[in-house]
Amino acid sequence: MADVALRKAMPADRSELLRWLRDYGVYGGVVALLLFNIAFTEHFVSSENFRTQAIQVAPILIVALGMALAIGSEGVDLSVGSVMALSTSLLSLYMGYGIWVALFVVIIGGAAVGLVNGSLIAFIGVQPIVATLALMVGARGLALVLLPQLKDVHDPAMASLGSGDFAGIPYVVYIAAGLAVAVGFTVRRTTFGRQLLAIGDSRPAAKLAGLPVRRVLITVYVLSGILAAIAGFLATARLSASDPTALGDLMELSAITAVVVGGTPLSGGRVRIGGTVAGAVLIQLLTATLIKHDLPPSWTQIAQAVVIVLAVYVARERGKR
Amino acid sequence: MSALFQQHGALVALVVLTAIASLSFDSFATGGNFENMAVSSAFLAVVALGMTFVIITGGIDLSVGSVFVLGGVLAAWGSQYGTLVALLLPLVVCGLIGLVNGLLIAKAGLAPFIVTLASMLGARGIMLNVTDEGAKTYLVDKGAFFAKLGQGKLLGIGAPVWITVVLFVVGAVVLRRTRFGQHVYAVGGNEDAAALMGAPVARTKITVYVLSGLLAGLAGTLNAAWLASGVTILGFGMELDAIAAVVIGGTLLSGGLGFVSGSLVGVLLLKVIQNVINQIGSLDSAYQQVVSGAFLVVVIVAQTWLGKRRQML
Repeated sequence: MADVALRKAMPADRSELLRWLRDYGVYGGVVALLLFNIAFTEHFVSSENFRTQAIQVAPILIVALGMALAIGSEGVDLSVGSVMALSTSLLSLYMGYGIWVALFVVIIGGAAVGLVNGSLIAFIGVQPIVATLALMVGARGLALVLLPQLKDVHDPAMASLGSGDFAGIPYVVYIAAGLAVAVGFTVRRTTFGRQLLAIGDSRPAAKLAGLPVRRVLITVYVLSGILAAIAGFLATARLSASDPTALGDLMELSAITAVVVGGTPLSGGRVRIGGTVAGAVLIQLLTATLIKHDLPPSWTQIAQAVVIVLAVYVARERGKR
Repeated sequence: MSALFQQHGALVALVVLTAIASLSFDSFATGGNFENMAVSSAFLAVVALGMTFVIITGGIDLSVGSVFVLGGVLAAWGSQYGTLVALLLPLVVCGLIGLVNGLLIAKAGLAPFIVTLASMLGARGIMLNVTDEGAKTYLVDKGAFFAKLGQGKLLGIGAPVWITVVLFVVGAVVLRRTRFGQHVYAVGGNEDAAALMGAPVARTKITVYVLSGLLAGLAGTLNAAWLASGVTILGFGMELDAIAAVVIGGTLLSGGLGFVSGSLVGVLLLKVIQNVINQIGSLDSAYQQVVSGAFLVVVIVAQTWLGKRRQML
């Protein structure tokens, strides 16, 4: 008895602190980076810079929303970067039919990749890392088969989508914010959301409780594919060019970092959308800070690697494998 | 039957595909082409050897592609200070990356894929840092002894092929005949049971990630010696080929079961497929990725099904 009481009492402070760090550390990080930049970075506080940062963070955030769903179901989606590449290739091929047709085809493409991912995971029982790894190779290859090299995209509607704004705020920010609210609502308030979290918590228990495990898992990966496809669409609009070789490269890492830094545990069962938004902002700010202080891009990669390990270390849950 | 397919399916596929390719393309079954395939397979095979150990413990190492590139760049840079530096520098650095992976996974209890995903990013960052953001290519003096490790020949067969064969024989013996090998299987089979039986779980895990880092670094080193330069763009995505080769070779991704000879066959099978695609010629190299991805899916599906059936029996 005493021993149990002691074990409960002793590490409480430390685990409380870790839990607090996991849940709210990301907001502290964002504030700290903002303060640092306001104090030490030239030309940081300007509406032009705000626009640039906001436009750049939007695709990361949109991909991270889908990744949050996958991680919440105790999975992961490594194919998101390649889906962005596939999306940019499809976009180039169908732009001639108008922006809406192109968007439709792009979304179908992302959903198709998600359907394959989800089917492999839900019906065959392949581990999510492995299934989405295979699609990561396959989808990037397909993107390059469809569009072997960089191609400019000339379309006024795309150009205005990429850099235009309404009331001083870029269109892409409205889109990203709208999607974040929609995904947050889906997780919190819908049956699908509750089933998703239950499956992430314990798949065997969810199965025993009679939840439609397969359908939910497939929906999760289809949604992740669609969100990545939309992110690819918006990123292409910003660049005014389709580059299937480079677009979305390492995006899976940024998305996983945003989700995990934002307090969603890799072990599933919980999804924190507010944290994910802050996580995406944190990554963008970190990159911008290093670049604005003339550190080469390689430092961004090293810094991101350190952040991801730290975040996972803080968020790890002992006892659950 | 299913166990037989699991263990020798890749070998059967390799033999059949080689036979068909030999009959279909005049330029396939030539000494030059076989030699070329053998040498270019060697580097992936060395990486896949380390990956086999990692996957048998139930883990995964996504950092090998970046570590391979880093190893090559460090070796090429170091070769100006002599063969010893060219060999030791990449091995020390890449071994350390493996050690960090192993410590974070075994001691801190973090998920292998996320740790090695981070070190994939980190190793790439270090490589870019060393090469002036990827702009600088270090050359190896072609007359140096170090270059012979890649370009030398013995009995008409390239040095990298010999080194690979020796490493695989050692790897097979270690896995099958040593206590460490038993621990590798035990940890992958059931970690808790292994711990209860007194197997040093943490030490075994750390060792396999160090091995994987060392072998990936060595493969990059041999590659640099072969090409006489530290190429900064090769190797990304290599972790996928290595995982594919190991899985095709019959090692279970869930751990506890596998063998190094299968991984060698898996590498050869991937290279033959790649070579056939090249022989067709009209097919873009992008098709290789599509075919690799599709092939990987087919093999994983087959393996998962066979694995399930065996569990039921």
